[in-house]
Amino acid sequence: MATVWFCLVSLMLAVYVILDGFDLGAGIVHLFVARTREERRAVIASIGPVWDGNEVWLLAAGGVLYLAFPVLYASSFSGFYLPLIIVLWLLVLRGTSIEFRSAIDSPVWIPFWDVVFSLSSLLLALFFGAALGNVVRGVPLDAGHWFFEPLWTNFRVGDVTGILDWYTILVGLAAVVALTLHGALWVALKTEGAVEQRAEGLVRPLWALVVLLTAAITAATLYVQPQVGMNLHRHPWGLLFPLLAIFGLAFMLIFFRLNRLRAFLASCAYLAGMLTSAAFGLYPYVLPSRTNPALALTVENAQAPAYGLHIAIVWWIIGMVFVTGYFIYSYRQFAGKVRSGEGYGH
Amino acid sequence: MGPALSIDRLQFAFTVTFHYIFPQMTMGLALLILLLKTQALRTGEERYNHAVRFWLRVFGISFALGVVTGIPMEFQFGTNWAQFSRSAGGVIGQTLAMEGVFAFFLESSFLGLLLFGEKRLSPRAHWAAALALFFGSWLSGYFIIATNAWMQNPVAYTVGPGGQFGLASFFGLLGNPWVWWEYAHNMLGAVVTASFLMASIGAFYLLSHRDQPYGELFVRTGVTVGLVAVLLIVFPTGDGQSKMVATHQPATFAAMEGLFQSREGAPIAILGQPDMEKRRLDNPLTIPSVLSFLTYRRWGAEVKGLDSIPENEWPDAVPLVYYSYHIMVGLGTIFVAVLVIAGFLLWRGRLFASRGMLWALLLTLPFPFIANTAGWITAESGRQPWLIHSLMRTDAGFSTQVSSGNALFTFVGFLGLYGLLSLLFLFLMWREIERGPGVA
Repeated sequence: MATVWFCLVSLMLAVYVILDGFDLGAGIVHLFVARTREERRAVIASIGPVWDGNEVWLLAAGGVLYLAFPVLYASSFSGFYLPLIIVLWLLVLRGTSIEFRSAIDSPVWIPFWDVVFSLSSLLLALFFGAALGNVVRGVPLDAGHWFFEPLWTNFRVGDVTGILDWYTILVGLAAVVALTLHGALWVALKTEGAVEQRAEGLVRPLWALVVLLTAAITAATLYVQPQVGMNLHRHPWGLLFPLLAIFGLAFMLIFFRLNRLRAFLASCAYLAGMLTSAAFGLYPYVLPSRTNPALALTVENAQAPAYGLHIAIVWWIIGMVFVTGYFIYSYRQFAGKVRSGEGYGH
Repeated sequence: MGPALSIDRLQFAFTVTFHYIFPQMTMGLALLILLLKTQALRTGEERYNHAVRFWLRVFGISFALGVVTGIPMEFQFGTNWAQFSRSAGGVIGQTLAMEGVFAFFLESSFLGLLLFGEKRLSPRAHWAAALALFFGSWLSGYFIIATNAWMQNPVAYTVGPGGQFGLASFFGLLGNPWVWWEYAHNMLGAVVTASFLMASIGAFYLLSHRDQPYGELFVRTGVTVGLVAVLLIVFPTGDGQSKMVATHQPATFAAMEGLFQSREGAPIAILGQPDMEKRRLDNPLTIPSVLSFLTYRRWGAEVKGLDSIPENEWPDAVPLVYYSYHIMVGLGTIFVAVLVIAGFLLWRGRLFASRGMLWALLLTLPFPFIANTAGWITAESGRQPWLIHSLMRTDAGFSTQVSSGNALFTFVGFLGLYGLLSLLFLFLMWREIERGPGVA
């Protein structure tokens, strides 16, 4: 049962990264691809009706993590205290800037919020990547499965770890570049004219960087977290996940000239492949230990009592059927290019 | 109480109090917007559509702030209350996760459609989006109240070997007897806030001699819905909720009423200051036997005072519980008076010409927010010293790993950030009111 919930939480987090990932990516490229008032309005309008629903995946995944692995939720959230609260502040700033930038049509107000939007999106991508890096690398858990990490120590991957070290920064950078590309593909898909062209222009150089960084974090991960290599060695079918990422990466470029939507979906596949590879590589760990491997949090010792996990599977499936329905309906309504005159301020 | 625990408590109290300014507006407004949208669909009058668009703009600002300040709430369970989360996640994780899965997705998807989709959807589909938004926001309220109800009156749980609580019955958790009164009372409180907001903005337009038809529509809708809600707040929900507290949390009840000594024919205290040194109410203004009657429907019934409960199980701030409860009840009484008179004048067709009454409606605006907040302070400080009533004390629930210095850093950060958000909120709300519903 715990394994099922491990898969479901990973799935929800992957959906969050894919969906809110293009909001964040659109935020990162916002200042570069859109210069005029109208152009910027178009970028914001491309995510306006959906960003909040996308962000709910993070909340829902958090709730399900709490439900299924309360021990992990408690240890990791308190142990990653500072970066998590900073992420909360950034989410506040990002949401506020999207919602309020168009409230006043002023050449002072709008550019201010555009910069807040872009910077908070960039930092969120960096922090999310670093967070993933921390979970993969492991933390110094004590006998009670608790830990506390400062923001940084000596930037080395040793026993006394900080949130930021060379490995987590590398993963953070990879996340920034991958989500920037994801966002550029989204903006190219949803807009027209100069914005579309500038977003298109970003795709190739970003793609090359993503390939480079993907290779770098793969090598670094195999070195930092031996469990990943062991899992792949023991269960070779797990190579399907990295293969999905590689196919996503390849098809992104192949499709790009022919079909924007397919190129964007390939980017989704790439992100899904990377995240599921990480989840597969860590299992059964949910938070590895840097000190004594016996202290690690696993799906077994972090899970909630059985009855709750069984009953929740029932309502989770019912809930997800509804959610899929809302998302299909909502994305259909807003399908196609952003229409002029649409967006905030009505 | 160590410094880290105090800061964790202050930070949670501050962030949740600030957060709840917004949901009480949006949950109430979701109902009022649905009513206006229904009128628009039925009558086909463009006036109602203008009114809906205006209120959706107000709703949009409040909803955005509710969302951005809501995310830190869920995460703080883990960041600042890790021991509590480790023990209780197996139970309240259910309701918190269900809120995300069943309510937030519904709300956010249909708010997008409601705000951006008027040109893309048919009028009927647009109305259905308003219905879905109402349903989603009230469902979200239910799951949060069910979570709180479990902490007030834990039911349907098992205790594991490590002291970890597990769920024993899914429907037991969702059907906690505490949930129903608390939910009804709380949601009606939200309706009262939104009704006063609508009525006072309407009164503002009428008093300023502008947007006359909208002013009348807002005052009429606000006063009518508000009157029904405020009467239901007093009875049966307020009555039912206080009996629930008297039965399950006698210490809290005694603190709320300022009753230091157990007695038969207990009086109800209208005014007075709890004197914790002398264990009595100073300058009391009381009505004999009324508390016994209200609680047990018998004038002579015995009500337990604080003296019948060990002192280490008293709420750690008895005066705070007492004052917040009295502020809530006192303001509620004023709301009943204002809305009954306004309702009567509306019925006689004299309300829109009565400047005095319009002023009264306008000036009441801040008080429903205070009453709702005071009610929550009563519930939460009344539950002390327990985090989960009778099961886990608050000082056993916080994150021991997080030092007081780190906690203070984030608390100060929240103070600053939310200070900015409140300025932003007031500024943007004022602009919308100033622009008015008449513009396209």
